[in-house]
Amino acid sequence: MQVPAILVLEDGRVFHGRSFGARGETFGEIVFNTGMTGYQETLTDPSYHRQIVAMTAPHIGNTGVNDDDPESGRIWVAGYVVREPARIPSNWRAQRTLEEELVRQGVVGVAMPGTRALTRHLRDRGAMRAAISTEETDPERLRERVLASPRMSGADLADEVTTEEPYTLHPPEGVPTRFRVAAIDLGIKAMTPQRLAERGCEVTVLPAGTGAEEILATEPDGVFFSNGPGDPAAMDGPVAVMREILDTGTPLFGICFGNQILGRALELGTYKLRFGHRGVNQPVRDVHTGRVHITSQNHGFAVDAPTDGPFDTPYGRAEVSHIGLNDDVVEGLRLLDRPAFSVQYHPEAAAGPHDAAELFDAFCDLMSIQHAQPAKS
Amino acid sequence: MPRRSDLSSVLVIGSGPIVIGQACEFDYSGTQACRVLKDEGLRVILVNSNPATIMTDPEFADATYVEPITPEMIEKIIAKERPDALLPTLGGQTALNAAVALHEAGVLDKYNVELIGANIDAIQAGEDRETFKDVVERIGGESARSRICHSLQECLDAAEELAYPVVVRPSFTMGGSGSGFAHNEADLRRIAGQGLALSPTHEVLLEESILGWKEYELELMRDGNDNVVVVCSIENFDPMGVHTGDSVTVAPAMTLTDREYQRMRDIGIAVIREVGVDTGGCNIQFAVHPENGRVIVIEMNPRVSRSSALASKATGFPIAKIAAKLAVGYTLDEIPNDITAETPASFEPTLDYVVVKVPRFAFEKFPGADPGLTTTMKSVGEAMAIGRSFSEALQKAMRSLEKRGVGFTWAGGPGDKDELLRSVATPTEYRLRQVQQALRAGATVAELHAATRIDPWFLDQLLLMEETAREIAAAPKLGAELLRSAKRLGFSDTQIGEIVGKSAEVVRELRYALGIHPVYLTVDTCAAEFAAQTPYLYSSYDEETEVPEGARPKVIILGSGPNRIGQGVEFDYSCVHACFALSEAGYETVMVNCNPETVSTDYDTSDRLYFEPLTLEDVLEVVRAEQLTGEVVGVVVQLGGQTPLGLARELKAAGVPIVGTSPESIDLAEDRGEFGRVLADAGLPAPKHGTAHSFDGARKVADEIGYPVMVRPSYVLGGRGMEIVYNETMLRDYIARNAEVSPEYPVLIDRFLDDAIEIDVDALYDGHELYLGGIMEHIEEAGIHSGDSACALPAVTLGNEDFERIRYSTEGIARGCGVRGLLNVQYALASGVLYVLEANPRASRTVPFVSKASAVPLAKAAARVMLGSSIADLRREGLLPAEGDGGTLPMDAPISVKEAVLPFNRFIDRQGEGVDTVLGPEMRSTGEVMGLDADFGAAYAKSQQAAFGSLPTSGAVFVSVANRDKRTMVFPVKRLADLGFEILATEGTAWVLRRNGVPARVVRKQSEGPGPDGEPTIVQLIHDGEVDLIVNTPFGSAGQSGPRLDGYEIRTAAVVRSVPSVTTVQGLAAAVQGIEALVRGDIGVRSLQEHAEALRGGEG
Repeated sequence: MQVPAILVLEDGRVFHGRSFGARGETFGEIVFNTGMTGYQETLTDPSYHRQIVAMTAPHIGNTGVNDDDPESGRIWVAGYVVREPARIPSNWRAQRTLEEELVRQGVVGVAMPGTRALTRHLRDRGAMRAAISTEETDPERLRERVLASPRMSGADLADEVTTEEPYTLHPPEGVPTRFRVAAIDLGIKAMTPQRLAERGCEVTVLPAGTGAEEILATEPDGVFFSNGPGDPAAMDGPVAVMREILDTGTPLFGICFGNQILGRALELGTYKLRFGHRGVNQPVRDVHTGRVHITSQNHGFAVDAPTDGPFDTPYGRAEVSHIGLNDDVVEGLRLLDRPAFSVQYHPEAAAGPHDAAELFDAFCDLMSIQHAQPAKS
Repeated sequence: MPRRSDLSSVLVIGSGPIVIGQACEFDYSGTQACRVLKDEGLRVILVNSNPATIMTDPEFADATYVEPITPEMIEKIIAKERPDALLPTLGGQTALNAAVALHEAGVLDKYNVELIGANIDAIQAGEDRETFKDVVERIGGESARSRICHSLQECLDAAEELAYPVVVRPSFTMGGSGSGFAHNEADLRRIAGQGLALSPTHEVLLEESILGWKEYELELMRDGNDNVVVVCSIENFDPMGVHTGDSVTVAPAMTLTDREYQRMRDIGIAVIREVGVDTGGCNIQFAVHPENGRVIVIEMNPRVSRSSALASKATGFPIAKIAAKLAVGYTLDEIPNDITAETPASFEPTLDYVVVKVPRFAFEKFPGADPGLTTTMKSVGEAMAIGRSFSEALQKAMRSLEKRGVGFTWAGGPGDKDELLRSVATPTEYRLRQVQQALRAGATVAELHAATRIDPWFLDQLLLMEETAREIAAAPKLGAELLRSAKRLGFSDTQIGEIVGKSAEVVRELRYALGIHPVYLTVDTCAAEFAAQTPYLYSSYDEETEVPEGARPKVIILGSGPNRIGQGVEFDYSCVHACFALSEAGYETVMVNCNPETVSTDYDTSDRLYFEPLTLEDVLEVVRAEQLTGEVVGVVVQLGGQTPLGLARELKAAGVPIVGTSPESIDLAEDRGEFGRVLADAGLPAPKHGTAHSFDGARKVADEIGYPVMVRPSYVLGGRGMEIVYNETMLRDYIARNAEVSPEYPVLIDRFLDDAIEIDVDALYDGHELYLGGIMEHIEEAGIHSGDSACALPAVTLGNEDFERIRYSTEGIARGCGVRGLLNVQYALASGVLYVLEANPRASRTVPFVSKASAVPLAKAAARVMLGSSIADLRREGLLPAEGDGGTLPMDAPISVKEAVLPFNRFIDRQGEGVDTVLGPEMRSTGEVMGLDADFGAAYAKSQQAAFGSLPTSGAVFVSVANRDKRTMVFPVKRLADLGFEILATEGTAWVLRRNGVPARVVRKQSEGPGPDGEPTIVQLIHDGEVDLIVNTPFGSAGQSGPRLDGYEIRTAAVVRSVPSVTTVQGLAAAVQGIEALVRGDIGVRSLQEHAEALRGGEG
């Protein structure tokens, strides 16, 4: 028995499909993700909080759901749009079907033929607010409620996704502890502290609102700022905290949202991309080595910085270290006089290619250099 | 890094003739590479013996050598052209092997030629299994447990250790040639024995069985800056055990989680780095244990491959083109993505559709061959389809095969479930259909998975189709919603008609009335993230069409579909030429085809490419979509072979404008009665013929006509089931074997002209003027299918009077049939009479050969004539020569010889014996080569060298001929004896030779067995490598014991040992001339550009 569902965009575009997952109604910013693998990781990525995610790959759910691959404790997407949901999962690790999981977690979704038309629409008109409903059959009435729903610009969502209590990850058996890292959870994915732990970091994950003093009280060798949802322009708190950390000269590494916060800490602007970068095939060039990494990305905002060479900041000279090759977006920042850097993409890559995993090594290198010569201030 | 400035000329090696495992995908990649290199301002020198390729068109290289791809010939080319570099990675295994041989012979060093795109170490590491296993181990991957063996004894010992079944893989062979599964010692002796012989290093690998595991492939590219991208992942629908070329394959991979996929990607990248592929493409195959995920690296190809051509078409990422750019110094991020224009090639394509490739087989051409699919590739072609779901793509791919009995059907009953479940356990070309029928018969996904090891997800998708079929069957009325959902799953109107008991036309009308049509979406490499600039389209029952508005009048060209024996790259060649010519003439060209191997399905070839099945339904929808966006002047159906021709009449009936020769004229030439009247009107003789419905009837007709006669069933084309019958006994045997002969399926009987010279003519007719493209004289007598016969152009034994008669006759037929465009006529010249055997008002298989040999672009001219230009116009324009034609070539024009290449070494029967290699009226060759030289002998020698390896210049010749050939054989055999060959013969033949003064040693027939003192039989001698040339003409009827069987065993031994084998006396005469040329040793090389210059000079 198929239950009809509709997807209505704020500009009035309507798509018809059938219910997939939980029934009901959901609102959020609609974005598309072009990854062909990794739907489980995508669904559980806190950066997708308040977003309705449309998958461009037509077959979703083929490998079912297992308990190993989630990137957090729950599904974060506000709604899910797919074309061809699998009827049976087929994978030796599958524990249940995707639809069962969506129902279990109350995630409203729609299976509809027009996912490509939707993507083309969003590509041309930009990400926008939308709703999926199995209850409202009148698109116009649903659209009125879409127009009344909150926008992503200006949204401060870190508090909604961050951990309530600090927790610590230790290096796995057999890996000696080399560094202590304080990770600020603005919507952190599970793979990030794990990648650090694998390299000998004892990682203490701290809630988003943690002040600089509390962070430094953990005596970290390095501080990490995670990815997360929302508008970097609304992140005055974390920006202020990061500035205090930068003042101490403690090695600092940021990913995604963390990159945008570093940008703001350096007094650079941020802006909203038309439809963002969401997928696992984004080419990024390291401006020094010329090497290209295929990266996993999930961002709707970007940093505005000069890409033609080093520039001055309150923390000394800085440079754009990585550039996105599809559209020349700033994909990484590096301070030249202090041990701090960040990237807009996801070196932890879950889902996605592992090309940029060496950035975790680079962070460890910064911490070991700092060990050798203690901070100036 | 920009392009290297130290390179100014590059030698590109092509892949030679189309053979199983190495088809026209290498024309696609080679053409792309030549184009790129020329655009980069490099002087391109090309060698490829296959004239039926676009890459060997003179405009794609600066110097094009249609010469044998042997180290000796390439050295001559290098010495003459002195290229800076050699690019060997785009011509398949043939080119790679040639490059290794040139390196080992010191030729590259001697002439200071740099290998680009690959290095010798990487080639060796990728190709040598032992080295490759070490590579995999070093990067932390796993290989199947295995042992390298150099002798049969080593194989037997290793198998004990690994436990049966074991996989046998010979080193350095292509397409899995010679590999297979050995379930026991007898299997092993047979497979490993052949494998040791086939491997140039006499080495085979024995491996633990991973039968039934999931199989995957990754296509990777690496640039000089160590950037690596994975272009495409491919999952095999058929699990391990079936060669990937014979498997149904799916892109992207469907049943891997991200973690598993990324692990495979990590291994792939580590392998390409460790192997040291400097720049270019590489294909890596993996097996994954379905229950625990254990990943095994199977093999890699450090070059562009069949899979990379598929991946290019599947993703829109042109691997060969990029590989050529990387080879001359660019990095991936410096190369723009053609499709988006604004993003770079350093990315990984993402698909919002599913691609399915299905193989096409030709077992019916090799009666007795084991139809089971194994690790040796046996398919001769493939079709690819794109859809927005797996089922949509699979259904489209299956109907693209255009082959009865293999597609999905809901007509009739499904058959017995248990029997079907038993059948599907053995993979054959029918397995997929059997799986579908089993689901119809009520089999469950679990039952089918247990029987086939096909992944349950794929089986469930088939079940979804079956459930929809049941829903349609149960519905009181076919409503819009149900019809739409069936179309979304790829159901054709025909299939829906089968389910509801209506014709396809009725379903189509209903669908049109409901306004249900497919839309066309773009293959854009990026899942619509960026706008596509390149209109490469596929249909889907989706929401929003992306067909751009047309700007100019449009011509739709229908391609030839999957390659098959009798319809291959030659037809694609003509279609591609039509695209080029019509684009130049100001039309917007629209290509429709479903063959991923071809140049026609390169998005650079036409203004718009539709990757679609060539069925009436699919073509009508494309025409409709194009008509909605502009004016369609016409559809070209006469260039793509039987596939588009078969659609002509129905397209016309549906109101589609067909340009060129009308469908009625095409039918007229096929209808014996009507065509007979055309011949009678023109006063042209044809061999006597008749039709019979029973043996008695056939005997009467044959008696009237006189033996020998040519018999064939009426319901098939292309020589299927055709045989020459010499007497009543053979006729009775033929009728008995063709049980279907009945009033409904009569048998056609023609007078067979013994000792006739067969002549093939390609001509162009515009309604007023005839342009004779070329007159080809067959080397084998009439009765050997023209596609399998070698031929020479210009004709070598015909005189001016014959030429005039041919011109007169051809013109009469062209006028009588109403030809506008190309016409192919086959004649037989016997006792001074020129008989018309058949005429086909369409592009023939020989068009590319004739075009190359005569330096005139016949297919381009044909396309223009079809759109209304006159031959006079084209002469003025310079597309055709100002004066004269292929019938007036200068007497001293160089001779081109076309030779067919046959796939006998791929097929064995169930007992593991080879299949017979006798040539006959049924075509069985997969490809062709061309030899070009000043005289016939040298040109023939080159053609043999290119097709089979060289003719011998010394050693032993074994001769055993049918009585009717004994007289003709004496002179050429005597010549061989004079040249110093030892002559071996069976008793009867030996006596004839001795009486004529030719010393001949008698050897024992196989049926006589070894002699009292252990004298070996001829078959043993062949196996022992003591015979260098075999002359054996067949006699007796097929499938019997006695002389025919003796011949069969001799010829199959020749195939196994790769000994040149001649099966006609005419072939023997040609071989003698070739051997004489080789003995003289004055064979040189000459480019097509020089050839064209010479021909033009000859005219003036």
